[in-house]
Amino acid sequence: MSQQFETVIGLEVHAELSTNSKIFCGCKTEFGAPPNTHVCPICLGHPGVLPVLNKQALEFAMKASMALNCEINRETKFDRKNYFYPDLPKAYQISQFDKPVGINGYIDIEVDGKTKRIRINRLHLEEDAGKLTHCEYGSGTKMDYNRVGVPLVEIVTEPDISSPEEAKAYLEKLKAIIQYTEVSDVKMEQGSLRCDANVSIRPVGQKELGTKTELKNMNSFRNVQVALEYEIKRQEELVSSGGAVKQVTLRWDDANKKTIVMRSKEEAHDYRYFPDPDLVDITITEEWIERVKATIPELPDARKIRYVEEFGLPETDAGVITMTRESADFFDAAVKTGADPKTVANFLMVDLFGYLNANNLEMSDVKMTPQGLGEMIKLIEKGTISIKIAKTVFKEMLETGKDPATIVEEKGLVQISDEGELKRIVEEIIAANNQSVEDYKAGKKQSIGFLVGQVMKQTKGKANPGVVNKLLVEALESL
Amino acid sequence: MNKISKQEVEHVAKLARLHLTEEEAERYTRDLNDILKFAAQLDEVDTSNVKPTSHAFDVRNVMREDVNRPSVSNEEALKNAPDQEEGQFKVPAVFE
Repeated sequence: MSQQFETVIGLEVHAELSTNSKIFCGCKTEFGAPPNTHVCPICLGHPGVLPVLNKQALEFAMKASMALNCEINRETKFDRKNYFYPDLPKAYQISQFDKPVGINGYIDIEVDGKTKRIRINRLHLEEDAGKLTHCEYGSGTKMDYNRVGVPLVEIVTEPDISSPEEAKAYLEKLKAIIQYTEVSDVKMEQGSLRCDANVSIRPVGQKELGTKTELKNMNSFRNVQVALEYEIKRQEELVSSGGAVKQVTLRWDDANKKTIVMRSKEEAHDYRYFPDPDLVDITITEEWIERVKATIPELPDARKIRYVEEFGLPETDAGVITMTRESADFFDAAVKTGADPKTVANFLMVDLFGYLNANNLEMSDVKMTPQGLGEMIKLIEKGTISIKIAKTVFKEMLETGKDPATIVEEKGLVQISDEGELKRIVEEIIAANNQSVEDYKAGKKQSIGFLVGQVMKQTKGKANPGVVNKLLVEALESL
Repeated sequence: MNKISKQEVEHVAKLARLHLTEEEAERYTRDLNDILKFAAQLDEVDTSNVKPTSHAFDVRNVMREDVNRPSVSNEEALKNAPDQEEGQFKVPAVFE
C-alpha cells in the first residue's frame, strides 16, 4: 500500500448501574433471574402507568460524570427515543437527548509510555432494553424483559482515539474508574459493560473525517481490539483499491473473526426524540453536586501516584496494582500489617497475578487474605521462613485461606538457622561431593552453588540459605 | 403554504409502521397541515420573556428512593400476551 492512512475511532460505552431497583420502577435489577419475573406494568409499558425517576440512579450518573472529569448540567431531562424493535415493549426508550447529566469530560490513557488525553463528549442516563432469543428455523423470537428498565449510563468519547491499542487502553482505564466509584460492577461477560465503536480512516494530512462505520457486539476488550484491527484493514484495502467506505452498522462475528453488515444508512433509524411528558425536568444544585462529589473515592491515577511516591513502587507495578480496586485494596490492607510494600507488590505481581492468569480466576476467587500475605512477608523478614518456603506457604494460603503461622507449623516449614544443626549437614554434603570440593579448591568458586543446592535438598528447602552459604565457605576454606 | 409535504407524511407513516393508501396519504397531509395552521395561532403570543419548558406545570425533581417493590408474577406478566413460550413473550421472528 503506497498511501498512508490514519485511523479515527470514537467509543460508546454502556454501563449498568448497581442500583437495587430499576430506573423508573421498583423491580429488582439482579442478573440471572428466570425470564419475566422482575417485571411490572411500568417496565412492561402498560398504558396509563407513571414512571418515577430513581434518585440513586441519577446520583450514580452524577458520580460517574465527575469521576470522568465531566461538568454536570444544572438542568437535565429525559426524552423518548422512538423505534420499533421488541427489545423494548413501549416502542420507545427513555433516554436523554439534548441535556445529558454530564458533558465535556476526559480521561488520560497511557500507550507506549506516552500519556494521551481522550475527551468525553457526554454521559447520559437511560433505561436498558430486554433480551431477545431467536427461535430455531426462524419460527419466532422470545423476549425476556427482566433487563428492561435497568439503569444505564452511556459514555461517548470524541473521535480522539487513533489506534486499537488506544481503544483498549481507554476501555481499561474507564472500567477501572467506574469500578472504583462503585456505580457499576462493570462485568463485560454479564453485559453490565458494553462497547460500540465508530471507525473511519483518512489519508495522512487530510482534515475532514472519512466515512465512518459503526461496530457492535464486541463482548470483550480483546474482541474490541481484534474487531477494530479487522475493520481498519478492511477500510484501508477498500480505499487503496479505489473503493469507498459506506456508512453501515457492522456486527462483530466472533466465531468467524469478521464483521457482518447489520444495516445500511438508508435503513438507519430516525428516532424522533422528544421530551418525555411523564417525567419532569431536574434541576441540580451546587450543594447537591458537592454532596455527590464527596462520595468519590481516591481514583486509579491518584492511587498510582501515591504508590510511587509513598512506597517507591516502579510506575508499571503501581499501574498494574491500581488497575482494579480489588487488587489496590488488597495491596493497601497487606501493607497495613507493616510488611514491606515492595515485597507485597512483588508477591502480587508475580505470584498472585500469575496464579490468577494461569487458572483463569479473579481476585474474588482467592481465599488468601491481605493480612495473611502481610504476616507471611513479616515471617520472611524475621528469618522464620525462607523466600523459597514462602512460595509453598503462599500457594497453601491461596487455596485454603489459612494464616501463614498455622501453615508453617502444620507443615513443619520453619527455617533452620541453627548453625550447629546445619554444620552437621554441611559436613555430610562436603564428604559426599568430592568433585565439587576439588573444583572449588581449584578456583571454581561457583561450584559452591551446587553444594548449597544439596544442603537445601537435604533439608527439604528449610535451611537458611545465608547461613548455609557462610558455613560452606568456612568449611571449604579450612580444608 | 403547507408545512408538511406528502413525502414527509409517508416517511412518518413508514417509521410508525402504518400502511397508507394514496388517498389516506393525501387526506393526512391535508389534516396535519390544518392542525399545524390552527396551532400556529399561538405564534401571535409574545413569548420573548417566557423560558422554554417541556412541561406545562412548574414541577421539578420528582424522584423516588432506590427501594424494591413487588414485581408481578410471570403468569400475570404474560396474561395478555398473544403468544408465549418458556415464560417468555413470543413474536414473529425479527432479524436486525
